[in-house]
Amino acid sequence: MPGNRHGPKADRSLKNSYRGETKNMPQVIGVPKEIFAGEKRVATVPDVVEKLRKLGFSVIVQSGAGDGATIGDDAYRAAGATIVPDAASLWSSADIVFKVRAPTADEVNLIREGMTLVSFIWPAQNPELLKQLASKKCTVLAMDSVPRMSRAQKLDALSSMANIGGYRAVIEAAHEFGRFFTGQITAAGKVPPAKVFIIGAGVAGLAAIGAASGLGAIVRANDTRPEVGDQIKSLGGEFVPVDYVEEGTGVGGYAKVMSEGFQKAQREVFAKQAKEVDIIITTALIPGKPAPKLITAEMVQSMKPGSVIVDMAAEQGGNCELTEPGKIVVRHGVTIIGYTDLPSRLPRQASNLYATNLFRLSEELCKAKDGQYRVDMEDEVIRGTTVIKEGVVTWPPPAPKLSAAPAGAAAQKPAMKPAPESKGHGHGGGQPMAAGTTAMIFGTAALLFVLIGIFAPAAFLGHFTVFVLACFVGYQVVWNVTPSLHTPLMSVTNAISSIIIIGALVQIAPPGLVGDAAGAVRPEVLIRWLAVTGIALTAVNMFGGFAVTRRMLSMFRK
Amino acid sequence: MSGSLTSVAYLGATILFILSLGGLSNPESSRRGNLYGMIGMAIAVLATVFGPRVSAGGVGWIAAALVVGGTLGLYLARTVQMTQMPELVAFMHSLVGLVAVVVGYASYIDPTASAGMSPAEESIHHVEIYLGVLIGAVTLSGSVIAFGKLSARISGKPLLLPARHWMNLAILLAVIFFCYRFLGAESIDEGMMPLIVMTALALLFGVHMVMAIGGADMPVVVSMLNSYSGWAAAATGFMLSNDLLIVTGALVGSSGAILSYIMCRAMNRQFLSVIAGGFGGGAAAPAKAPGASQPAGEVVSISAQETAELLKEAGSVIIVPGYGMAVAQAQHTVFEITKYLREKGKNVRFAIHPVAGRMPGHMNVLLAEAKVPYDIVMEMDEINPDFPDTNVVMVIGANDIVNPSAQDDPSSPIAGMPVLEVWKAQTTIVMKRSMASGYAGVDNPLFYKENNRMLFGDAKKMLDDVLSALKA
Repeated sequence: MPGNRHGPKADRSLKNSYRGETKNMPQVIGVPKEIFAGEKRVATVPDVVEKLRKLGFSVIVQSGAGDGATIGDDAYRAAGATIVPDAASLWSSADIVFKVRAPTADEVNLIREGMTLVSFIWPAQNPELLKQLASKKCTVLAMDSVPRMSRAQKLDALSSMANIGGYRAVIEAAHEFGRFFTGQITAAGKVPPAKVFIIGAGVAGLAAIGAASGLGAIVRANDTRPEVGDQIKSLGGEFVPVDYVEEGTGVGGYAKVMSEGFQKAQREVFAKQAKEVDIIITTALIPGKPAPKLITAEMVQSMKPGSVIVDMAAEQGGNCELTEPGKIVVRHGVTIIGYTDLPSRLPRQASNLYATNLFRLSEELCKAKDGQYRVDMEDEVIRGTTVIKEGVVTWPPPAPKLSAAPAGAAAQKPAMKPAPESKGHGHGGGQPMAAGTTAMIFGTAALLFVLIGIFAPAAFLGHFTVFVLACFVGYQVVWNVTPSLHTPLMSVTNAISSIIIIGALVQIAPPGLVGDAAGAVRPEVLIRWLAVTGIALTAVNMFGGFAVTRRMLSMFRK
Repeated sequence: MSGSLTSVAYLGATILFILSLGGLSNPESSRRGNLYGMIGMAIAVLATVFGPRVSAGGVGWIAAALVVGGTLGLYLARTVQMTQMPELVAFMHSLVGLVAVVVGYASYIDPTASAGMSPAEESIHHVEIYLGVLIGAVTLSGSVIAFGKLSARISGKPLLLPARHWMNLAILLAVIFFCYRFLGAESIDEGMMPLIVMTALALLFGVHMVMAIGGADMPVVVSMLNSYSGWAAAATGFMLSNDLLIVTGALVGSSGAILSYIMCRAMNRQFLSVIAGGFGGGAAAPAKAPGASQPAGEVVSISAQETAELLKEAGSVIIVPGYGMAVAQAQHTVFEITKYLREKGKNVRFAIHPVAGRMPGHMNVLLAEAKVPYDIVMEMDEINPDFPDTNVVMVIGANDIVNPSAQDDPSSPIAGMPVLEVWKAQTTIVMKRSMASGYAGVDNPLFYKENNRMLFGDAKKMLDDVLSALKA
């Protein structure tokens, strides 16, 4: 890559002369150090630098950008990035800037005309910032505005950050909580498991459920969208529904504002849970609105001393009335964690995932792999993400047509595949037989029937008809027998099969046939004794079978 | 009673028998179903005794035989332990087989039975006798061996003779050969020899077939013999040209066949190979398949006291009973524990694998005997999705039916067998006498799982301890 050898200065001078005329020069992606206080994430990592270079871009990274995430300059250098000493030189050399936090006023001043900025922007909350950026005639892609579509999942930074946040919320809670999460029986006594209640089963909530149940806690979760119940269960949580019928799914699979009646029912559920559980983690957010106040001061008061609340919605005002954003406070003996930087508290993981999200976005923007961003407003994903296109505010985008929720639910479902049925007889309940097998069975049966039809006498055919039909009747009837009654079924069929007694009965003393025309003498005595033996044996079966079945059946009770 | 009236009575009996089986579709209607069966049987017997084919001279004999046999039968039914049901059922199958043989012989030596038949009809009649005796004899000896194995009079281990499939084939060929000889016989005396030889061969075949089958496969064998006893009755019906016998035999035969099929499916085996009696190789062999992975990890044992603590903590409990519970007669204690836990508001349910125990539905009957309500006794498919939400699973004397390697390890001898997914629960407690492997001879990785605890000892004694710890 020739650009690297030139260094940033050379790059810039080259570009200045070409800008506007040609698109062949590889664009420069710049990653500055985050300047927001306490922010430890960085918008790219060495692995991703390599991938971006394969797309044709050259990458420059501000010295020390990865310090918070414990990634040194050398690692970036080894991956092929150029290190620049300060923010000013980075912003002046880059065509595209990757950031985590929305730019501050100082950073906005560094933006040049025609630049592309990719970052979290929160356009709804920051209309002023949007205006300033637009005045710079740049293009801005907001990672918080990626539409919720299956195709866009790989670049959905909100989800990847929420996932980390949910995990970290549990870790923070565990840190403040003075007990084990898992129940244990130790030599020193019994430890009851911690009970965790999670409000909101979005990505963050689900991650929290998984993390908390992974630590061994009893996890309950609530959500206004009833369809997430299965997802909660799949992660080891228990779904606590609100008994109030209202559809809680808004556009794009997010939650919406609920009615007054629902909120009242919901408060009752929460108040009850607050008394029982040790830890509450709230993740309830409604897009573009302040976070709903779900945990009242009274609920906090009703919690056991030493309990912990993690309010993941602190940045949007908090789900708990007593939350102080960015701080840990103790109220009524309950620790309330209002950190607004949970993903940043797992900086390396968060940087990795975020950088990958940005790389996926770059793939979408640079399908030709020639190191050029092309913001294609026809593409629904790009259209949704782009908030400013060459100085024109394009936010909010037109409403998306498809909700992500059904796709998400469908993805959860096929985990349980039916086990393949064994071949052979395709009895009821099983899968239909293969056509070849069916044809073979029918063919054999047909051949058999033809043979019987040719050779067997009429009397036999009558019995044969009865036999075949009875087999089918038996087949139909027996499939309806409930498996719990299989033993009584066996004993009753056993009793019924003592109908064979008729065979013995008719032999014992057939009337008026002694010394038949055939001439042979009937061995009366022998036959009689055989028959009597037969009758006695079947009687054991008959009486015993029915009696024992009766005894068994009388035991089955509700 | 005229011949037509008898026929109508037979028809009524047939309908009642079908209703009887139909009634078993749920426990509510099953008692009435059994009553239908009794009424049907009474009608059939009375219609025959007072019908045209029995003269007045025979009634005394019949009554005497019925009283003797009936008394014995009622005595057995009253005294049998529910855990011994499989033995009783096997014993009764052997009786049906024996009667089929006896009736077959009696029919053969009775010249009036085939009087006035055309040669073709007589041949068919003889084939019917031959078949009836054949099936009856196989049922008889097979059931006797099954009875012996179930009551532990004979070792439950499969007896595998070398070249046994060839032996079976040889027997089959010999049977066909003697059938030819039998049909060609000029007189009854001459035909007697092939018939007796065939009976001996059939008896031998029955013995050999069931001897080759391991203890865990007994549910299949018992239901298979159930099926055979039905076919024996049907063959007798053909022999005597009696439609009632044919219908009833076919009902019983297909019922047993379906049960065998269900059992086979529950053990992931081929239906046809079992019906033919030609199995015992696969998982019944104690040999470990090469390459079957040795489960890693440590076995953690637990005391009855700790088990009780776990149960007290749990919100939902699933109990998985196996043959070990039947052997230890622990079902009543299990019910006491269940009752106690249910009173504490816990969700207690039972998970029944189709082949748990020694015959189809064995566990259900035992639990019913112990007064466990049947609506908390679940089938495998009903309860498998619920294991991940369950706090504690108690496995009582079961092994192969909860073995995760059936799903995880394709080289395992029981790979593909549907199992209860107990390992997905939060904690499992396995009650066993020792670390011995199950009938399939496969080591169980469940025991080594991190969330599994072993409670060693006799199931009854251990459960008694758990119960007293719970109540303490």
